[in-house]
Amino acid sequence: MPKSVTIWVNGLPVQIEPESMVSAALLKAGVPCRRSVTGEPRTALCGMGICFECRATVNGAPHRRTCQLICREGMVVESDR
Amino acid sequence: MKHADVIVVGAGPAGIAAATAAARHGRSVFLLDDNPAAGGQIWRGGIEAPNQRANQEENARKDSALHQLARSGATLLFGSRVFDAPAPGMLHTLRETADDAEVVALHYDKLILATGARERFLPFPGWTLPGVFGAGGLQALVKGGFLVRGKRVAVAGSGPLLLAVAVHLLQYGAHVTSIAEQATISQLAPFAASLWSHPAKIRQGIGYRAALGKTPYRTGCWPVAAFQNQATGLLKSVRLTNGTKTWEEPCDLLACGFHLVPNTELAVLLGCNLRGDFVVIDEQQQTSVANVYCAGEPTGIAGLDAALLQGEIAGLTCAGQSTGPARARNATEKKFAARIESAFRLRPELRLLASPETIVCRCEDVTYDTLAARSGWTDAKLQTRCGMGPCQGRICGPATQTLFGWTPKSVRPPLFPVPVSALCSHDSQQDVPQEIA
Repeated sequence: MPKSVTIWVNGLPVQIEPESMVSAALLKAGVPCRRSVTGEPRTALCGMGICFECRATVNGAPHRRTCQLICREGMVVESDR
Repeated sequence: MKHADVIVVGAGPAGIAAATAAARHGRSVFLLDDNPAAGGQIWRGGIEAPNQRANQEENARKDSALHQLARSGATLLFGSRVFDAPAPGMLHTLRETADDAEVVALHYDKLILATGARERFLPFPGWTLPGVFGAGGLQALVKGGFLVRGKRVAVAGSGPLLLAVAVHLLQYGAHVTSIAEQATISQLAPFAASLWSHPAKIRQGIGYRAALGKTPYRTGCWPVAAFQNQATGLLKSVRLTNGTKTWEEPCDLLACGFHLVPNTELAVLLGCNLRGDFVVIDEQQQTSVANVYCAGEPTGIAGLDAALLQGEIAGLTCAGQSTGPARARNATEKKFAARIESAFRLRPELRLLASPETIVCRCEDVTYDTLAARSGWTDAKLQTRCGMGPCQGRICGPATQTLFGWTPKSVRPPLFPVPVSALCSHDSQQDVPQEIA
């Protein structure tokens, strides 16, 4: 198994341990997953797919819960900025 | 249309035990879970801590359960969540992969709900800041590869989970500044004393105590606000109080959850009766709805041992097997649920933490003062959009129950947001079996 995988978060590479969740990569990148309806930055809260705070666009699909998705090499993630 | 004799929803300990018991006795079984792997929350897999010695006993139980599940012949369906139950014997699920989502209809003779529990979150100023997580939430994220080595983490809220989370964070190299448990020592003492009938739980407790070392465990102490560094946007501190004294504890992360609430949305959608927050079951784990069973936390927060037993009873019942021995052991575990509930009862001060502008509904950014003017849950939904966002009230529902005494009980499909593209690609009519159509 490779020592790390690289995914793209808002155009920048993030290296992370294999089998990590996309939510962890977003936290490592230090970017919020989304902006709330009043513009607050939000990051993962529940870590188990319930709260939907960690949603972001993954490989073009919007509103994916990043805490339920495992990082795959070359994955492209876009968060609200 | 796919059919199984028994469908189990939720692959935590209860679901694993249920699926294993039913499949081992020759029933065809689908075991569904939203997560990418079996284990649920307490047995969540992922990236192992460098120092696993403290977890050996627990890991052995998990490995054994997963091994038996693999040998049982049950079919595991991960990345699948139930969003509708359009007819008796039928579920509509959304199966998600990294790039795609599709609707899959499943048909069953018997259904076992092992949907587990989630954390209760209570709003306080700062609880929506980045760096503030659920307690179990942070634990799950750490297992998902979020590095906490060297970070100062304050753990606060309520419930036995706080201790487990703190030990876990220490194993991953975090500095746990303190654990603030809102329950008083006089609430907790009878609970601790009652554990004599649960030797395994005492061993676990002693293990936690040893692992925590000098980390302060403060009872009768709760968080009132979290603060960020305005320049960096990073979390700076949490303000804690014991009711007489209030102080600020510097931290990089705050892990905060107020015990657990059961996931009963699917049970309610199916028409199962609840008593209080929990699904009513008989001795064989059967709910008030024919052919629908329930096991684990949705029947009462009693933890791992009860979940395993109840799952086994439900699985055996669905396979037409005798459940006598497991039922006898389950009687002890039932008492444990009642003791936990009274030990970690929430103090009234927690209802007063939110300030007027504190957000209560995170999906729709509905503030405390907006909600305080409403007459109840339905009124709030209609007038403020509280509970109308993607989480469908799973976070703000229990919060408003604690804050205002509202009881959000009506549940409508879809249980979760479903992409229109997935719905459109699915011809639900063709999946209705002949006898129903």
